[in-house]
Amino acid sequence: MSASDVLAILQGAVVTVTLSLAGILIGLPIGLALAVLRWADVPVVARMVAVYVSILRATPLVTLLLLLFFALPNIGIAIGPISAAILALVMNTAAFNCEVWRASLMNFPRDQYEAAQSVGMNASLRFRRIVLPQIVRVSLPGLVNEMSLLIKVTPVLAVVGVVDITRAAVRIGAETYEPLPPFLVAVALYAPIVFVLVSLQRWIERRQRMAEAAA
Amino acid sequence: MIHDFGIVWSERDLLLSGLGNTTILSVLSAAAALLVGFAVTPALMSKQRLLAGIARGFVDGMRCIPFLLFAYIVYYGLPSFGIRLDNWTSGLVALTIYNAAYMAEILRGAWAAQPHEPIEAGVAFGFSNIGLFRRIVLPPLLLAAGPVIGNQMIQIVKDSAFLTIIALPELTHAASSIQSRHYVPFAAFITAVLLYWGLCLVIEAGVSSIDRLAAARR
Repeated sequence: MSASDVLAILQGAVVTVTLSLAGILIGLPIGLALAVLRWADVPVVARMVAVYVSILRATPLVTLLLLLFFALPNIGIAIGPISAAILALVMNTAAFNCEVWRASLMNFPRDQYEAAQSVGMNASLRFRRIVLPQIVRVSLPGLVNEMSLLIKVTPVLAVVGVVDITRAAVRIGAETYEPLPPFLVAVALYAPIVFVLVSLQRWIERRQRMAEAAA
Repeated sequence: MIHDFGIVWSERDLLLSGLGNTTILSVLSAAAALLVGFAVTPALMSKQRLLAGIARGFVDGMRCIPFLLFAYIVYYGLPSFGIRLDNWTSGLVALTIYNAAYMAEILRGAWAAQPHEPIEAGVAFGFSNIGLFRRIVLPPLLLAAGPVIGNQMIQIVKDSAFLTIIALPELTHAASSIQSRHYVPFAAFITAVLLYWGLCLVIEAGVSSIDRLAAARR
């Protein structure tokens, strides 16, 4: 394995991180929107969101990705590997985020909401000033956990031709007939990324426990 | 569109054998992962530093790498050590070992949260070792960990789809071959998605019946 091979895997790392970030950043607000739709119990729509979340949580990312990549062009929507990859990640992670957001919305104390109502805040102000800051704090550990799960499913994006860390490592292994060294480089790249997220999650949880103990 | 689903229906044998393989893979590796997890959990909680360190390293290591990369290492990497496994064996081994780490961590969490009194009472009644574990420790542990183990089983079903990449003939692989043979991508993959959904609903129903059992015993 030469230096240029390591460089190729590092380029894969840029792709992995970029796609993951895109999935996370787009998936977070969509998950929140879905959760609010269910929380507000909008007729019909809330049921549809519930079914969407149930199906998406049961669908492997590979299957979803193949569906999007092959079926969308079939009905006249042109889609490239990168957009299919991001769309699949977003659809998948939004379903999981929705459940995290919804759990903290369900546990949101009703009296605070009513208090805000009684001082004359309208719905959007109530949500922005009273509900959102608090549910963000409660949801954070679950959301960060979902981010590390998302990074761990990104190697699947290779089936439509996205060259990420894993794909680059497999390719180099096939060229050099020595698959182990590139795989070890790949492990060495994934481990710190996931480790940072897991540590972040533990740190947030610890800080919140300390804040609760102090209160 | 109806016609496309007709094509998928005409290939139902292929799809059903894929579903069967996915189910077999998931059930076997979930059972094996649970057993291996049970062996690793005491090591995680051991007072011997070295043993606990090794077990912790294994569990945290697995939790830091993507399953697909691990499957590749088992399938393509192990031959470098002279261990050559076919795709079925590699798939099963990869699923089992990877998820055993998660199972061990789940069981450790549930075990640590168990009250001490019943175990001490069991010892006072003369239970020891295996008897104590089987009769006193295990039942409440499994009931408490049931829902999380169920979630992990759903994860195993979804992980098994990744094995399509090492050409294991599971459900996604079957859908892919139907799509490439007849060019009916939407019908083929939507059918697969719905079958996965059904599988997960069965697991969820199992979990909630365990929950009811646990509530009845409380």
